Amino acid sequence: MRQLCKGNVALVKGAILAGCRGYYGYPITPASEIAEAAALYFPQIGGTFLQAESETAAINMVYGAAATGLRVMSGSSGPGLSLMQEGISYLAGAELPCVIVDVMRGGPGLGNIAPEQSDYFAMVKGGGHGNYRNLVLAPSSVQEMADLTILAFELADKYRNPAVILADGFVGQMMEPLDLEYREILQPEKPWAVKGTHETRGNLISSIFLESDGLEEHQRNMEAKYRRAQEAEPRYESCHIEDAEILLVGYGIVARILHSTVEALRKQGVKAGLFRPITLWPYPSKALVEAAANVEKVLVVELSNGQMVEDVRLALDGTVPVEFYGRGGGNVPSVKELQEQVLSQMAVRV
Amino acid sequence: MESKSGISTIAATTVTETQSDARLPANPPNNGEAYEILHSKSTLFYDEYSRKAEGKKQTHYCPGCGHGLVHKLIAEALQDLGEQDNTIFVSPVGCSVFAYYYFDVGNVQVAHGRAPASASAIKRSCPGRMVISYQGDGDLAAIGTAEIVHAANRGEKITVFFVNNGIYGMTGGQMAPTTMIGEKSTTSPWGRRPSNEGYPLHMAELLATLEAPIYIERVALSDGKNIMKARRAIRKALEVQRDGAGFSFVEILSPCPTIWGKDPVAARQWIADKIIPAFPLSVFRDHAPEALAVKEVEPPQRSVAEVLGIATSNDGDTTHRAEFDHRFEDVKIKIAGLGGQGVLLLGQLLIEMGMREGLEVNWLPSYGPEMRSGSAHCHVCLSREPIGSPLVSHPDVLVAMNEVSLRKFAHEVVRGGVILYNGAKLPENISIAHAQVVAIPASEIADKLGSTKVANIVMMGALLEETECLAAGTAWSVLQDKVKKLDLLELDRKALNAGRLFIDEHAHIGALDQPDGFA
Repeated sequence: MRQLCKGNVALVKGAILAGCRGYYGYPITPASEIAEAAALYFPQIGGTFLQAESETAAINMVYGAAATGLRVMSGSSGPGLSLMQEGISYLAGAELPCVIVDVMRGGPGLGNIAPEQSDYFAMVKGGGHGNYRNLVLAPSSVQEMADLTILAFELADKYRNPAVILADGFVGQMMEPLDLEYREILQPEKPWAVKGTHETRGNLISSIFLESDGLEEHQRNMEAKYRRAQEAEPRYESCHIEDAEILLVGYGIVARILHSTVEALRKQGVKAGLFRPITLWPYPSKALVEAAANVEKVLVVELSNGQMVEDVRLALDGTVPVEFYGRGGGNVPSVKELQEQVLSQMAVRV
Repeated sequence: MESKSGISTIAATTVTETQSDARLPANPPNNGEAYEILHSKSTLFYDEYSRKAEGKKQTHYCPGCGHGLVHKLIAEALQDLGEQDNTIFVSPVGCSVFAYYYFDVGNVQVAHGRAPASASAIKRSCPGRMVISYQGDGDLAAIGTAEIVHAANRGEKITVFFVNNGIYGMTGGQMAPTTMIGEKSTTSPWGRRPSNEGYPLHMAELLATLEAPIYIERVALSDGKNIMKARRAIRKALEVQRDGAGFSFVEILSPCPTIWGKDPVAARQWIADKIIPAFPLSVFRDHAPEALAVKEVEPPQRSVAEVLGIATSNDGDTTHRAEFDHRFEDVKIKIAGLGGQGVLLLGQLLIEMGMREGLEVNWLPSYGPEMRSGSAHCHVCLSREPIGSPLVSHPDVLVAMNEVSLRKFAHEVVRGGVILYNGAKLPENISIAHAQVVAIPASEIADKLGSTKVANIVMMGALLEETECLAAGTAWSVLQDKVKKLDLLELDRKALNAGRLFIDEHAHIGALDQPDGFA
C-alpha cells in the first residue's frame, strides 16, 4: 500500500513496524519530524515517547530502556549527536542494542540546517571514547528510511550494539511514496536484560571492567563480534559497473544524484558506473574492490570536505587513483555539475 | 528477621555500630549478663560479594563510610516490602559505582550524572517495578543537575537516594557542589570561596520548589536517632514508589572519614556539628498524590496498522497507470513564493496526484528558518521511471508566486520551459527569453473568489491546463480527500477552475519550443 510520506516520518513508521516502543529525544532541525511523529504515534500503540531535557539525557534514557530489553531509539542531528556521543560509548560498552538516527546538517558548531554529510567521521569512526564501533546504515530514499530502520533494529539486536541511521537533511525532509506491509515482529530473546523480575534478578548491565585483563577480554569479545559483522553485513548497491571506466562512489542523497549523473553520462557515451555503500560500517570494501577492478579512476562525491573517501582509499589501497569532489554548507551538486566533474576527470587520463 | 548467612557484617561501619539495629529491643534487658549483638544481613544482599572477588564478604567502602549503612537501610526496607524480585537498582559513577556488588536485584550501572534519566526510561519500560537511582553529590548535584531536576519535575515514579558527603570521594577529594563554604579540598585549596566557586547547592530545597515530587526529605547519619530517621525516610520513599504515587527523594548527609581526614566517630560528630546546621534536616515535601491530579487528555489507543496508515492507504498500484496519458518521461517543477502562500502545500498536492496516477514522485522542500523568514520553495519531480536526483536544479516548470521568486529562479528554467508567474503582468526590468512566461493574477483571482489563500490552487489549475502533466480530475479527487471543510473545498473548486479558465482564455502567449508532451 503506497502512501506519501516524509523521510523522517517513514523512519518512525519503520521503527514501529520493527517493534520499537520507546522513543526518547530532543527537537532539532532537520530531524524534528522524527520526534513529532514518535510523539504522535507511540502513545497510541502502548509505547513511550518522552521529550528529554537534552540529547545527553535522551541517550541515557535510551540506555535505560535498552537495558530492560525493549527496542528503543532516539533521533537528532549533528549538534545533538555530539552530545550523545558519551552515551553511545556507554551503550556500546554495555552491549546494549538501540537505534540512533543522525539526520545530518551543516557543521561544525551550529553550522546551518541544510543537508551535509559531515558527520561520517563522528558516526562511522566513533566519536565517543574507547574501542567500539557503530553499525551504520545510510538510506537514500523515503522507502529506505523505513526499511533500513527495520534492518537497523535487527542488526542492533543481533550484535548487541548501537545501530545508526545516517541520513541527511534531504532524505529526512523529502516526501515520496512509501510502501509498508504489516508484519509479525520477530524479536530475539534477551536473557541478559534487566526487567525487575525473579528470572532477571542476577543480571547486570554495565560497561565497567576494573581489572586490565577483564577489560581487554571484553574488548576482544567486542572485536570478535565486529569481525563477524564485517563478514556478514556489508551491503551496497551498484549499477553500470560491468564496463565502467570511471566509478562514482557516494552514499545517501548523493547516490541519488550520482545515479542520475551516470545515466546522463551514459547517454553521452561516457562509461560511468555507480557504487553506493548502504552500510557505512561495516564498509563494503570487498565489493568496492571488485567494482573498481577494471576502472581507470574512482571519483568519490560527498557533501563534506572528504570523509568517506578515506574508507574508499583504504579499501582500494592505491590500486586505482581515487579523486574527490565535495560540496558543503548545504550546497548540493547538480547532475550537470557532476557530469562536468566526471568529464574533466576523464580528460586527465592516467 | 531471618538471615541467610548468620552473623556477618555488610560494611565496616556496622562493626563499630553499637546502638542502631532497630531489630534489637529498644531497652535490652540488662540483668548483668553479657549479651551478643547480632548483625544480621538482609537477604537482599548477596551472601558473598563474588562480583568483587571470590569469597569476599567485606565491602569496598572505607571504614566509617556512610554508603555501607545506606545500603543496609535500603536493603532492609526492600526486603521488608517484599520487593527483591521486583527491583532495578541504578548505580552511579562515584564510590557507589559498585553498588551492584552487593544488591541481589536487577542492576544497571550508568554514566556519571545520568542515573535519573536512565531510571526514568527503565521505569517507563517496566512500570510495575521498583526503580532506584542511587547517587552521590558530584553525580547528582554537579554533572547530573539537569537530569535530577527534570526527572523530579516530570514526577517520575522512581526513588532517588542522594548520598551527600560534600566531597568527591572516588577521585580523591575534589570539591563537590555541596562542599561547605570555607572547606578545603584538593580543588579548593584555600577553602571554598563563594566569589570563585559559588555556594553549596541545597538539592532537597531546590527540588521542593517543583510541583511534581511527592516526597522529599533530608536526613543525616550523624547519630543513632538520626539514623533511625534515615531508616524511616528510606522506607517511606520506597513505599511512595510502591504505591505508584510519584517521585520520592531522600538526601542523606553521610560521612566520608577518609577524605575528611577524620576517624569514623569524629566524622559523624562533624555531620552533627557542622553539616546539619548548613543543611537543615527536614521533610520538605510530603504530598498526597491526589493533590497533583490534573485533568489530562488520554491518547486514543489504536492498532499499529491504523497508526501507520496501512489500513487506509488509497493506492496499492505501484506501476504506471495506463489510463493516464503521460506524454513525458519526467517533469521537474519548482514552486517558490512567500511563506503562507501555500507553496509547499501546492507541491504536496501535485505529488499526491502524481502518485495516484501511478507516477514516481518526489517532493523536496526548503526547510527551517528560511520557511519562517518569508520565502519558501519546493522541488517536485514527476516521472515514469524511478527518480534519481530529487533536486530540481533546472526545472521544466517554475511556479513563481511572487516577484522575488521570479527573479531568483527564472534563469534556472530549462530552455523551452514554462514559467507561471503570479501577477497581472511581468515586472519591469526583467526579460525572459528562454522560456514561456504566463502571468496569472492568481492572488487577485483568489481574492475575488473569497480568499487570497487559494491563490496556490488557482496556480495549480493554470499549471495543469498549461502543461497537462496531470489530470484535472485527479486534482479534484485529491482536494476532495484532503480538504475537510466543505466551504473551503468549494472555494478550492472555484479556484482550480478559475486557473484553468484563465489559461484557456489567454493561451496565445508566445511560446518557444515546447518541452515534450506540453500543450
